[in-house]
Amino acid sequence: MIRAALIVAALAVGATAVVAQSDPIKARQTAMKAAGDAMKAPAAMMKGEQPFNLAAVQASFKALNDVAKGGPALFPDNSKTGGDTAADPKVWTDAAGFKTAFANFEKASADAMANVKDEASFKAEFPKVGKTCGDCHNGFRVKK
Amino acid sequence: MKRILKVIVALGIFGVALGLLITSPAGLAMIKGGQVDVATGAPDLSNGETMFYAGGCSSCHATENQPNKTLLGGGHALKSPFGTFYVPNISPDPADGIGGWTPAQFLRAMREGVSPGGSHYFPSFPYTSYQRMSAKDVGDLFAYIKTLPAAKGRIRDHDVGFPFNVRLALGGWKLLFADQQVFKPDPSKSTEWNRGKYLVEGPGHCAECHSTRNLIGGIVTSTRFGGGPEPSGTGYVPNITPHANGIGNWTKKDIAYLLEAGFTPEYDSVGGSMTPVVGNTGKLSAADRAAMAEYLASLAPVEGRPKKK
Repeated sequence: MIRAALIVAALAVGATAVVAQSDPIKARQTAMKAAGDAMKAPAAMMKGEQPFNLAAVQASFKALNDVAKGGPALFPDNSKTGGDTAADPKVWTDAAGFKTAFANFEKASADAMANVKDEASFKAEFPKVGKTCGDCHNGFRVKK
Repeated sequence: MKRILKVIVALGIFGVALGLLITSPAGLAMIKGGQVDVATGAPDLSNGETMFYAGGCSSCHATENQPNKTLLGGGHALKSPFGTFYVPNISPDPADGIGGWTPAQFLRAMREGVSPGGSHYFPSFPYTSYQRMSAKDVGDLFAYIKTLPAAKGRIRDHDVGFPFNVRLALGGWKLLFADQQVFKPDPSKSTEWNRGKYLVEGPGHCAECHSTRNLIGGIVTSTRFGGGPEPSGTGYVPNITPHANGIGNWTKKDIAYLLEAGFTPEYDSVGGSMTPVVGNTGKLSAADRAAMAEYLASLAPVEGRPKKK
């Protein structure tokens, strides 16, 4: 059973890699969409629309951390244009800055996984994660 | 025949001279009554700080490439269809910034777009919005800015081509686009709505980017808040009216949360020049963000550009 689950997981990772190679623009849009979806529950808790739930929050931080880790690889040199990409040319001309932006996102989400134990720590950490989204969208994404 | 020509030329010269006189900073001050209601009494620094964040001063004036957003040394290059504007130093440095200004000079700069030396500012400095601010708020803002660190260095001149580089002509532009009317609350609306309108239309200067501009750079009234091309040339600034092409399906809470954290209801994170804006509005009180949302949700829907899927 465990072996079957591992195989499924490996296949899923493999499939993502294949999609990333064949259509990186689509793959990164899917990843960004996943990040947006992961924001929903914690943001609703911040807004007071949902009661605080530690497990749901931790699952979101994990999902965001996964997106952050895989992020830079989704912007290969052959994907500067095409599709309806909103990637700014600076992604490639300032590759170091772009990688740093993703590294900040990865660190903020990892810190949140480590530090969030209750509602108070969640309310302190979550905005730091959210801020890294805007920091990268300012400069590395074109407004369309 | 020759005499008629001479009369026409003389009249023409007279007309231009009269026009320049009327639209000179002093002339406009006479027409529009000037504004001498400088706030008196001890300034409220906490309110000044609120105005600083509501006004987004640091988004343009903070010294570039350093993390302190209250170091207002300027230098940011503001690209526009008319050329590039280099944002001046407004730190309290007495020589290079505005440390030597009087409160009356600061009020005139903010609401009339006139420098202490008596020349017109370009409307890249959004006095078309700041003109709505109360003398008290402007006075408190000035007092707050004076508490911030001084930055050395004067910023280079703007790089704007002819004919837009003729500052004398800006008086005519102001006649068309700057009515110099301070905000007046609408007694038929709630206190919250009025506060929101004041913040959005005055210090917040939201319409300056979220609208379309005409050939000489004035906001096209029918497109106000309906979005428009990014002034720098790439991209598009969204429609923020309650239209299907704008934020028609957003709740007031959604709008307030965007101003707090920068997320749309789909949890996209706003980018571009809106990121620093959120950095400022995130520092306002929750009540002020709710008031801005209250007012924005009440705007007349503008169709603007069809929404991208």
